[in-house]
Amino acid sequence: MTYNDGHMGNDDPMGNDGHMGGQMGHGLSAGLNRTSAMALRYAYILRSSWPRIIELAYWPLMQMVLWGFISKFMATNSTWVAQAAGVLIAAVLLWDVLFRGQLGFSVSFLEEMWSRNLPNLFVTPLRPHEFILSLILMSLLRTLIGVLPAALLAIVFYHYSIFDLGLPLIAFFFNLMFLGWSMGLIITALILRNGLGAESLAWMAMFILAPLSGVFYPLSTLPGWLQAVAAALPSSYVFEGMRAVMFEGVVRVDHLLTALGLNVLYLAASAGFFLHTFHVARRTGLLMRVGE
Amino acid sequence: MSPPRAPEAEIVQDMTSPRDGGFAVGPDDDSPNVINVIEVRGLTKRYGTITAVDGIDFTVRRGETAALLGANGAGKTTTIAMVLGLLLPDAGIIKVLGCDMLANRYQALARMNFSSPYVDLPRRLTVRQNLEVFARLYGVAGVAARVREVAAELDMTALLARPSGELSAGQRSRVTLAKALINRPDVLLLDEPTASLDPDTADRIRGYLAAYQARHGTTILLASHNMAEVERMCSTVFIMRDGRIHDRGAPRDLVARYGRANLEEVFLHIVREKAAQ
Repeated sequence: MTYNDGHMGNDDPMGNDGHMGGQMGHGLSAGLNRTSAMALRYAYILRSSWPRIIELAYWPLMQMVLWGFISKFMATNSTWVAQAAGVLIAAVLLWDVLFRGQLGFSVSFLEEMWSRNLPNLFVTPLRPHEFILSLILMSLLRTLIGVLPAALLAIVFYHYSIFDLGLPLIAFFFNLMFLGWSMGLIITALILRNGLGAESLAWMAMFILAPLSGVFYPLSTLPGWLQAVAAALPSSYVFEGMRAVMFEGVVRVDHLLTALGLNVLYLAASAGFFLHTFHVARRTGLLMRVGE
Repeated sequence: MSPPRAPEAEIVQDMTSPRDGGFAVGPDDDSPNVINVIEVRGLTKRYGTITAVDGIDFTVRRGETAALLGANGAGKTTTIAMVLGLLLPDAGIIKVLGCDMLANRYQALARMNFSSPYVDLPRRLTVRQNLEVFARLYGVAGVAARVREVAAELDMTALLARPSGELSAGQRSRVTLAKALINRPDVLLLDEPTASLDPDTADRIRGYLAAYQARHGTTILLASHNMAEVERMCSTVFIMRDGRIHDRGAPRDLVARYGRANLEEVFLHIVREKAAQ
């Protein structure tokens, strides 16, 4: 019996093995138990290091403070910023949602690489999609720990509340998180494939999206060909949508739906890429050699 | 001159004869009475032009302790990784507890576990946290009680609150073993279970494993360089060389067949026979 190098069936990403033996529970509840076990593990890791928790909030806070002062200055020197006080603070906070969303996902994965623990995990009944789900949960937690204090302190320091964006803020938040998870899936797959030598991708890769997403300026600022690239990024619709709310008081549902559609596409593609890489790792022995 | 190896017919019969519980490859067998708990046929793994494992066949019966013995690079760890589902073979069949590990490994994985000194547990977590997480991953009922129980059995209750990274090598080995036993596995795969341990700790671990197996009827497949360990623990030895099973049998039979004083001498003979060729 020979196995096709390209097939992915054995990874059984959805874990449809029909039945569980021994002490395992059944179906969904067993899967949720395993996912929560992984989330618990990452929570233990986070809790074990106060400096790491502080670091999670430190960078968003510093960014917010810096851009808060820039906003104050620009409000008296730029008619554009003056029209919507806090637009730069909102932009930096939402950018942090995107960046922290990706970083929270990738760093949790890196914890496994650093501790050479992947072989231990993948000889348990843990399915790859349950592992991904636990990374997503931790990304959500780490992002909230990072961005919420900055958002609250913006109210105290600069009298700007990002929560004034209202319900669209929820749509902005989740669209950015979805893109962060897509990027996280691609980055972790590349780290799995290339080893810890590629770990800096977790901190670098997202910044390629910053100039293209129009975080601090309208997309019309970009040259035409870059605007075409930006049109393929969910984040550019979010930041345009944010400015529409702040400058015009308009909720651009079309922007939100376009962002959502693109996110669904990218999440599916990046999950497929991760699962394919996981399969390749099983074929080439990378799972056994992680951390080396 | 090589001594006569176990006849090939005997090997084939060992795998398929109804007398010893051999089973045909077909639909997964969920029966708790599966006698050949691990069955491997034609298992092959290549890395480019290098054949790490070359069409090996073996079976391990319920409650048996078997060893893959061989020099570095003989294919032991690769074989264990394939049995665990960590590594996909290029060809061959692996059945564990009646489950086809290539099509449906999760069902068997719930009843298996693994320990290796080369795979760490997260160092910042306490021993208790590490064991708790793995107990949950394996779906163990009564997690806290099971953690206490396995810690008491391995005389490591005092270590539960300590971060895994602060433990000595011997203590870490016990913790790794506790992780491997947390789900009361029916099948235990051990990669060099006592590597880098002092003789006292190594002896305690071997003693514990033997007692555990006697109590629970666990099937154990281990890879080792330690001949004394293999002689003491294993009823069957598969001697690997260049990715193949060069010879197999009970340690005592192998020693007698090669006319040597102990298994170490058998091993050295086989390795040096190859070097001389």
